[in-house]
Amino acid sequence: MTQAFIFYLLAGVTVVSGLMVISARNPVHSVLWLILAFVNAAGLFLVIGAEFLAMLLIIVYVGAVAVLFLFVVMMLDVDFARLRSGAARYLPVGVLLGAILMVEMLLLAGAWSSGAIAEGARAAPRPEGLTNIQAIGTILYTDYVFVFQAAGMILLTAMIGAIVLTHRERAGVKRQDPARQAARTPEKAVVLERPLVGAGVETDGGVR
Amino acid sequence: MVGYFQNLFGEGFGWFVAHILLVLAIALPVMALMAMSTWVDRKVWAVMQLRKGPNVVGAFGLAQPFADGIKLFLKETIIPSGASRAVFLIAPMISFVLALVAWAVIPFDAGLVLADINVGLLYLFAVSSLGVYGIIMSGWASNSRYPFLGGLRSAAQMVSYEVSIGFILICVVLYASSFNLTDIVESQKGAIFGMFNLNILNPLLLPMAVMFFISALAETNRPPFDLPEAEAELVAGYQTEYSSMAFALLMLGEYMNIILMCALASILFLGGYLPPIEWAPLYAVPGIVWLFLKVLFVFFLFAWVKASVPRYRYDQLMRLGWKVFLPISLFWVAFVSGWLVFSGHFHGSGT
Amino acid sequence: MSLFDRAKALLLLEFVKGMALTLRYAFKPKATVNFPFEKGPVSPRFRGEHALRRYPSGEERCIACKLCEAVCPAQAITIEAEVRADGSRRTTRYDIDMTKCIYCGLCQEACPVDAIVEGPNFEFAAETREELMYDKARLLANGDRWERAIAANLQADARFR
Repeated sequence: MTQAFIFYLLAGVTVVSGLMVISARNPVHSVLWLILAFVNAAGLFLVIGAEFLAMLLIIVYVGAVAVLFLFVVMMLDVDFARLRSGAARYLPVGVLLGAILMVEMLLLAGAWSSGAIAEGARAAPRPEGLTNIQAIGTILYTDYVFVFQAAGMILLTAMIGAIVLTHRERAGVKRQDPARQAARTPEKAVVLERPLVGAGVETDGGVR
Repeated sequence: MVGYFQNLFGEGFGWFVAHILLVLAIALPVMALMAMSTWVDRKVWAVMQLRKGPNVVGAFGLAQPFADGIKLFLKETIIPSGASRAVFLIAPMISFVLALVAWAVIPFDAGLVLADINVGLLYLFAVSSLGVYGIIMSGWASNSRYPFLGGLRSAAQMVSYEVSIGFILICVVLYASSFNLTDIVESQKGAIFGMFNLNILNPLLLPMAVMFFISALAETNRPPFDLPEAEAELVAGYQTEYSSMAFALLMLGEYMNIILMCALASILFLGGYLPPIEWAPLYAVPGIVWLFLKVLFVFFLFAWVKASVPRYRYDQLMRLGWKVFLPISLFWVAFVSGWLVFSGHFHGSGT
Repeated sequence: MSLFDRAKALLLLEFVKGMALTLRYAFKPKATVNFPFEKGPVSPRFRGEHALRRYPSGEERCIACKLCEAVCPAQAITIEAEVRADGSRRTTRYDIDMTKCIYCGLCQEACPVDAIVEGPNFEFAAETREELMYDKARLLANGDRWERAIAANLQADARFR
């Protein structure tokens, strides 16, 4: 009973905050509602006993991805009213996309209740005496190791691609090198000279 | 205790009552500890600057934190007119509550833990990564430039250092083969020559301990990484527009996070509730006392660093996080796991 | 940056040195003066709260020459004078607005009879503005209270004048 109550509570908050994400006037509030939805989804994971996934959801999505989201949205100063003005024009496309998603989900649900794939997935229950983390690790690094590695490679490629595409060397920028600054000692920085009258001091190429 | 209340009030409600009491039994001492920690902080700080520190209110100034608390409580709560009201008020609550819920998984003694879950360390990591929101929300909701800049700085800083903290935690987890904090503490029992119960004496974990300490400084916005509230540039950072209890909650959350990080450092590297040396008479002292002493020691280090090291520049901070700590800790995870596989550490554990 | 420097930076040697220094300072005697209970030394020339002095006979020194009023750069002093029943010229009113006073000490320099002086007292903060408008009675009372300290200070400083 308690579990059902907690499930409906978390699910209800998730759905409501999901609605608020798309209906909130202020984009920052939208992101905050999104974070609430994430946290509640993590709670749902906990209810079905997937504590590792719940923690990962919070650490990765709430702790890192959504922070960057929030960052961008806060900095951008998006005018949502103006963005919304064209909403009616895109309505048919949106409805179409929504319908396709809906049909797909229904098909998925239908296939899950009966079918060879679902049976196959159920054939890998959690082995006795292992925690969730150990079970996931065991299956991830044995049966699915190539898929796992491939996913890692794709992410690495995306990361390097993003850096290559956006990083540019700008000429004439004076950069500070903290390591060099910290390594500077009085012996290296100061020269005591006693020039003859009228002779001046040689500075090869400006101030040393 | 849970059984006693379940007999008294029935299965479900008894469980509820017992856990409420347990939560209070943890939360109240932790809050008292937090109050005293501000006193310790100021005392240590003063002593190193040839001052005496608070010494007027109560014996040795011990009542100073409570005087400060009462003063804050009696002040008027000011909400800036341009502020986003709800977010402005929720933000300090979030940072306070998050700092408090993290204590649920801290083992105070063998078996003396509220929630003995097998993802304890991940839970702590998740909660501390949520801590960003209290700060970034307070910064944004204040609708003022300095808090906003402070909030952004803090968020960037915490996200950056969480990465290296994650890798450092993995190193310890590799040794313990568990995310459960009690298991991590128990794995340190006689870890060094069967004599010392300290991970920090392990030459492979010592650099990680130092890096964890430095990352914890950055994660909790403590000097020398207190850029989010760098008074020379940002007045008081994300706290600028806060007053009264809202400010007190932010402040409490901050100090509670610091103590949490101290407790985490004690558990990961100093053997938690175990006595430092494996010697039977030392076990006569309750584990919670050992944990307290270790937390106090780490907190002293926090205050000591604050008294000694000048504030970092922001680019230096980011360079340290991404260009120094991240590669070193990443390399170290590979190194430690390699070493453990070749030395046969995993032999017989797991599958 | 040489390899040696890098190794030194990696071992955090300079941080350790700096923290050792602060730890050494922690055991040094404190520089704090525990103020309400302890006080720092005060020079005989210290210019604190004003006082009007009397002769040992009990007669007030001030002869209402108004030199102090004239010299006061902040115009904090107000004096009114009349001839007293015994024929001597005395003040009927001697007010100092302590909120205007800049504690320059010109009044005591100007005084021909050492009547107005700035004493060694510096703890006369008040909660209201009115309390800082000193009148003659207050100044004479100050003189009576601080006479010994003021006389000692004048004595100590006399050979430099």
